[in-house]
Amino acid sequence: MTHAERPIADVVIAGFGGQGVLFAGQLLAHAALDAGLHTTWFPSYGPEMRGGTANCTVVVADGPIGSPVVGRPQAAIVLNLPSLDRYEPLVAPGGLLVVNTSLVDRAVARDDLDVVAIPADDVAAELGHPKLTNVVLLGALLARHPALRALGRLTPEHLATTLARVLPERHHHLLGANRAALERGAELAGAAPAAVAPTGA
Amino acid sequence: MAVELLKGNVAFAEAAVRAGCEAYFGYPITPQTEALEHMAKRMPELGRVFVQAESEVAAINMVYGAAAAGARVMTSSSSPGVSLMMEGISYIAGSEVPAVVVDVMRGGPGLGNIAPAQCDYLQMVKGGGHGDYRSIVLAPSTVQELIDHTVLAFDLAEAWRTIVVVLADGSLGQMMEGAELPPMRPPRPPSERAAWALTGAIGRPTNLVSSIHLEPSEEEAFNQRLQAKYAAIEAAEVRVEEHLTGDARIAVVAFGTAARLAKTAIAAARDDGLAVGVLRPITLDPFPTAALRALAERVDGLLVVEMNAGQMLQDVQRVVAERVPVRFFGRTGGVMPMPEEIGAAIRELAHEVGAADDAAPWQEVPA
Amino acid sequence: MTTAPLATTPVYERPDALTDVPTHYCPGCTHGIAHRLIAEVIDELGVRETTIGVASVGCSVFAYRYFATDFAQAAHGRAPAMATGLKRVSPERLVFTYQGDGDLASIGAAEILHAAARGEAITVFFLNNATYGMTGGQMAPTSLIGQKTTSSPLGRDAASQGSPIRMSELIAQLDGAAYVVRRSLHDVVQIKRAKKAIREAFEVQQRGLGFAMVELLSSCPTNWGMAPDEALGWIRDAMVPAYPLGDFKVPEGLRPARKGAHA
Repeated sequence: MTHAERPIADVVIAGFGGQGVLFAGQLLAHAALDAGLHTTWFPSYGPEMRGGTANCTVVVADGPIGSPVVGRPQAAIVLNLPSLDRYEPLVAPGGLLVVNTSLVDRAVARDDLDVVAIPADDVAAELGHPKLTNVVLLGALLARHPALRALGRLTPEHLATTLARVLPERHHHLLGANRAALERGAELAGAAPAAVAPTGA
Repeated sequence: MAVELLKGNVAFAEAAVRAGCEAYFGYPITPQTEALEHMAKRMPELGRVFVQAESEVAAINMVYGAAAAGARVMTSSSSPGVSLMMEGISYIAGSEVPAVVVDVMRGGPGLGNIAPAQCDYLQMVKGGGHGDYRSIVLAPSTVQELIDHTVLAFDLAEAWRTIVVVLADGSLGQMMEGAELPPMRPPRPPSERAAWALTGAIGRPTNLVSSIHLEPSEEEAFNQRLQAKYAAIEAAEVRVEEHLTGDARIAVVAFGTAARLAKTAIAAARDDGLAVGVLRPITLDPFPTAALRALAERVDGLLVVEMNAGQMLQDVQRVVAERVPVRFFGRTGGVMPMPEEIGAAIRELAHEVGAADDAAPWQEVPA
Repeated sequence: MTTAPLATTPVYERPDALTDVPTHYCPGCTHGIAHRLIAEVIDELGVRETTIGVASVGCSVFAYRYFATDFAQAAHGRAPAMATGLKRVSPERLVFTYQGDGDLASIGAAEILHAAARGEAITVFFLNNATYGMTGGQMAPTSLIGQKTTSSPLGRDAASQGSPIRMSELIAQLDGAAYVVRRSLHDVVQIKRAKKAIREAFEVQQRGLGFAMVELLSSCPTNWGMAPDEALGWIRDAMVPAYPLGDFKVPEGLRPARKGAHA
């Protein structure tokens, strides 16, 4: 390619430290790379080792990536209220906002976004793996993001293969649960109507 | 080898291992600590040397010692730690032993913060330590380049018997990107160390590694030799990337991370019909003077973009010498300039120099 | 006796490990003695070609001129760090540093302590003459209380200028230090003891026992403002009481067991 074209997707994932924000981004980046795409994963990194706020930006493209950060992301997954407050105004018009309504007690105010509202903590708990909130939401994003979905390469099946490659052996008993979480997120994203207000926690 | 998703800090550390690095000396400092941690694991398992020093001062002097012995050696740090290394860097330069220093820059001055910045440009490119020395300074802008430059740094350091600095920043150190590691090059056996190295004077006259020349005329002669070497480096080692400058009427001059941010910005500006390119110095020292001067002859204006208050700007102004307007856009303190902001600065300059007036929307791309 | 033929056996020669170069040291300075002792030991051990020295900053900055071994010249205080780098990539070589008290006990205090704590397999010769010789007789970390120097013209005052640092005692506390002794160069008996210690300190390294340091009380007639013999007397009468001679740490098995041997 002759110059840095517009990427296929740029996604911000934000929440509390410990919610698996950075891991969800890495999973997306690994999967994109496995699908033959270019990708960058850019973390926020702070002096706090645990418990603070965390976010990362993942860019997926067909060719070399210029900026690994974006001022106005096309898509965001927010896992808590502070992250919604921070990123709702920043998502580019027409973009996708995936909200974990389990930890958000207000509606999305903007009406120019595709909002996917999922009580992901509850969904993950129902699946028997409360720590897979992040994976449920990632599944939802991949099913709903127009360009990523159109690729046809970042399916729950593909991500499960990636996970099997990157997860340490000792975590392999969770592969099935992760795939189920991705599929459940995708299913709920498909079911959630566009721009609907989240129900609140 | 295959493309893997690699974190910058781990990538350059492993690249050093594969380039045959025999010894690593360092001290923990964010945002480069993952490199030290990688070396702490990898070097001993390969039977090589890893020492966590008591300070960056000690680390660079351990590097000096291992380099004096003729070993492939490196350290890595971040801005405040690199400030502490300046003494040792000057001694290494003054005794002409090869060494590699990776600086993963962060916000300053002082303790500053741990966010990505490029505010060590002047320190690393213009000296920092005392004396008339120069270093080869490489400025990677992707994780792949960080790997490649680390390997290159060892080769250049030995070829020229000089310090080679890989000037990265916190974003490059902390981000992950698809990249390919080089094949493993085994370390050079001690028996093949350079003739000048301190290997023990077995059957040969003794060797001395020193930076002292007490007699001023001798020191001057030594300095003249150094300057001649730097001139030779300047003639042989300039590396620069020109990106879409062929038809450009405006060019962004940026290095490292700022350059990749600028590439995204110019893609958007080109969508708006502006003929914009990027000149990216890959070697900051030697600086790509000729390429920049030639570009300044062709374009209507230059925009220097840096993650500092305008450090490389001084070199650009020196080289361009008022041939064309030179404007600056920078963010400081660890704030990364967003491509949108860079784009706004490009448009402002384009309007100022009239490069936007006749810019037909030749590449209509929906937002 | 008077009719015996002239002896042809040399009794005093320049060791091979010393270069045939006049030193720059002042008349009466004990650096020359220390250099000779180290060089004699290098010869006796047969290690001239496998030894690498590290010179420091101070009067001994030019030590590299006088030893016929490979040599490095370190930044002020950093000789133990530089020696660490050299030794780690050259484990089969003997590496020694030669440092003064300003270099080792002041600006290089961190480097010497941590080299000792790591148990670096290097040998350190620490020349303590209680002053900064090269810069003209300023107060050193080892200057005695009441000692007049160009930067303590009224005499070192503990309340404002601190107290002398006894580096050997300090370093001997560290588990990584294998061999720490203090000797003096003020008379022939002491010089002979010093040479034995220098030899032991190299043997500690050869046998891989860890970090070794010999502190040598030394004179600086020029900056002390004394005649050479007077200066040697001052070591004996003023320095030795403040810096007791002795063994602070000696690894087991280094010396052959003998009756009455001190620990």
